[in-house]
Amino acid sequence: MAYSEKVLDHYENPRNVGSFSKDEINVGTGMVGAPACGDVMRLQIKVGDGGVIEDAVFKTYGCGSAIASSSLLTEWVKGKTLDEARAIKNTEIAEELALPPVKIHCSVLAEDAINAAVEDYMQKRS
Amino acid sequence: MADLVDAHPDQVVFTSGGTEANNLLVKGVAASPDISRIAISKVEHMSMLEPAAALGDTCAVDYIAVDSDGRVSGQALQQAVRPDTGLVSVMSANNETGVIQDVQSLAEIARSNNIWFHTDASQAAGKINVSFSDWGVHAMTVSSHKLYGPLGAGALVVDKRLPLQAQLHGGVQEHRLRAGTENVPAIAGFGVAAELAKRELTERALHARKLRDALEQGLVHFPSVTVFAREAERLPNTVQFGVQGFDGETLLMQLDRMGIAVSSGSACTSGKTEPSHVLRAMGVPAALALGSVRVSFGKDNTLADVEQLLKALGEIINAMKSSAVMMAASV
Amino acid sequence: MSEKHPIYLDYSATTPVDKRVADKMCSYLTLDGVFGNPASRSHAFGWDAEAAVEEARKQVAALVGANPKEIVFTSGATESDNLAIKGVAHFYRKSGKHIVTCKTEHKAVLDTCRQLEREGYEVTYLDPEQNGLLDLGKLEDALRDDTILVSIMHVNNEIGVIQDIAAIGEICRSRKILFHVDAAQSPGKVSINLDELKVDLMSFSAHKVYGPKGVGALYVQRKPRVRLEAQMHGGGHERGMRSGTLATHQIVGMGEAFRIASEEMEEENKRILSLRNRLWEGLKDMEEVYVNGDIDQRIPGNINISFNFVEGESLLMALKDLAISSGSACTSASLEPSYVLRALGRNDELAHSSIRFSIGRFTTEQDIDYTIDHVRTAVNKLRELSPLWDMYKDGIDLDSIEWAAH
Repeated sequence: MAYSEKVLDHYENPRNVGSFSKDEINVGTGMVGAPACGDVMRLQIKVGDGGVIEDAVFKTYGCGSAIASSSLLTEWVKGKTLDEARAIKNTEIAEELALPPVKIHCSVLAEDAINAAVEDYMQKRS
Repeated sequence: MADLVDAHPDQVVFTSGGTEANNLLVKGVAASPDISRIAISKVEHMSMLEPAAALGDTCAVDYIAVDSDGRVSGQALQQAVRPDTGLVSVMSANNETGVIQDVQSLAEIARSNNIWFHTDASQAAGKINVSFSDWGVHAMTVSSHKLYGPLGAGALVVDKRLPLQAQLHGGVQEHRLRAGTENVPAIAGFGVAAELAKRELTERALHARKLRDALEQGLVHFPSVTVFAREAERLPNTVQFGVQGFDGETLLMQLDRMGIAVSSGSACTSGKTEPSHVLRAMGVPAALALGSVRVSFGKDNTLADVEQLLKALGEIINAMKSSAVMMAASV
Repeated sequence: MSEKHPIYLDYSATTPVDKRVADKMCSYLTLDGVFGNPASRSHAFGWDAEAAVEEARKQVAALVGANPKEIVFTSGATESDNLAIKGVAHFYRKSGKHIVTCKTEHKAVLDTCRQLEREGYEVTYLDPEQNGLLDLGKLEDALRDDTILVSIMHVNNEIGVIQDIAAIGEICRSRKILFHVDAAQSPGKVSINLDELKVDLMSFSAHKVYGPKGVGALYVQRKPRVRLEAQMHGGGHERGMRSGTLATHQIVGMGEAFRIASEEMEEENKRILSLRNRLWEGLKDMEEVYVNGDIDQRIPGNINISFNFVEGESLLMALKDLAISSGSACTSASLEPSYVLRALGRNDELAHSSIRFSIGRFTTEQDIDYTIDHVRTAVNKLRELSPLWDMYKDGIDLDSIEWAAH
């Protein structure tokens, strides 16, 4: 199967790989997917005062498209407010990476991951 | 490949040859719950007739008659179809006589009766213009090794709407219609052969036509020879004739000894002693049908080959005549 | 050789045609060669082609200890499997409608059995043991009075394990049940002697043995005689069992490939086994790597390894210099991991993490060393990216987590 150049670039040079301590109060963690399905994404955001995402990291078990989707997402959410981050749609990711139809679920997973991370952060705050 | 027959590449299902393509068509359509009756012409190749005969109770088969020149008329088609006929199949050109059918008109009749139409173009493709789209057919068989491609490759071109069930199971190859690892080199060879056939179609046809005309003019001088389907439009490269009072196999053996390779009809029925079903369907008497010889020219034959054949034929017939005279004299 | 990239390690999928085979095939194609239709009985072009086909039939038969008259040429192993299973089922339908096979068979067998189920037959799909081999006791228990056919593959295409077809043959013969073996993967790798084996039908492929694609064969035993209903009609070629013009050059290629295998298999298998051992030696000290399938009852050229916590497709992507295959069918919409590994009881993570390396005639030591190096680097890189690897390192039991399946 042929991958788009953007997928290859993110796969070869993934951005923002890493972890934050998930117990920190300003960190939100979203882990989605399941090993049985062949992909698990862990996306973490660090939120500054004023509700702006200062930093984001990821680790992903999955195919190249899943890795690229999460890598791209960490770039996109940095500097965005929580609401802006939650407004990112999977279709935008799929379009940016030129994902073929069988790989659309990877972008869906990325959207789920950012929503879960924001959710986690909000819960810690409340 | 698709280009040669004016079809879309997505419509092509590659198979191991024309026989498999015809088997897939007949059995695949008969296995569909929508179809319980089909009609095919009496002069089809064995790879159509035998699978049709093997269908059993699941699907009824009617046979369409041909006239004395081997043609299927619109009227004959109308007579053969019934209200529940789901598919009609008439070959584009016959493998023995070379007779070309008016596929376009026949397909139109089928379509106006809401019947699917298949044509076996194994012999026609590469020799005459064959057009899946202009003819308005829903399925078409093409064979690689009849157009200078390798043996072991063929195709069924199909309209996606045609109800067809896969016959080889075990993989998702060829739009799920034909499982098995694709024979890549043979298919590639088939592709190149088809491209060349398209490019050289006119040239090859003119060349073959010249040889065929020379042969037929020569045959006029033998009163015991009858060219079959002489009045019908035929493939430019094919002549089938009968020699009165001769057994075809003997004739072929003598010709072979003189360095000429021809056949009585289909290679697939080669070695059998029954008269050809094609000739019988045309009403050719059994005695004459048994003495049939099919000459099919290729792009590498020459006028000298034709002269050699005529000379050899003359010698064989004369030798036979004189021995017959001697036998008559000794009685 | 080692400088040629990508390195081909997918010999179980298909093999390149041996140059000797290709050269021979070329002399059966063009006007200056033997190009005739082997069914043409009226001239020398046909006779020569027929003689070539018969010579190839002898060569194929010789490698597997069969009589040439027992070999029917087909368009490939898929067609052979279809012909054997449907042919027997249709011919013997009055004797019974039950068939026994195994969950790890090739799709050509499984999909054919599914088709027969649609036609009203009953099929038992046996589970293999964890090492991929069948428990013969379980096979015996599955046999019934109305069982007409057992179909078990000789060598598995994904994990390379070898089933004990001699013993299965004894069981079937004692119960008067026909036995079909899909042997697409075994000629030239495991010795086969059909003269002694109690096997009634056996499917072969040419393109797994350095022969061409588009040709295969079915062994149909004569004594005791096995009957089949033909699946392809029109001309009655191959003694009525398989109609269609014989592709002379393909058949000649298959014959030559089988001839070479007969002569060279012993030496070749030694060499290939040492390459496989070298590969495994180079990888086995890594953490969390597992061989799928029995390591001893296996053909020399195959090793199937799961790299836990790394997803197979991403690993393939990282190893684009290697032509290998993954047990994870992530490219299909279904996202299902290999059904073969699942049937072995491997969990989904391990099934998703599997890579099949298959070594063959043209693999070199340098190829193997390069492979070891690249696999280690890629697996380490992807594990750095893997949240599952993190969790494993933190001592978290992955099974304890409730994953949201999607």
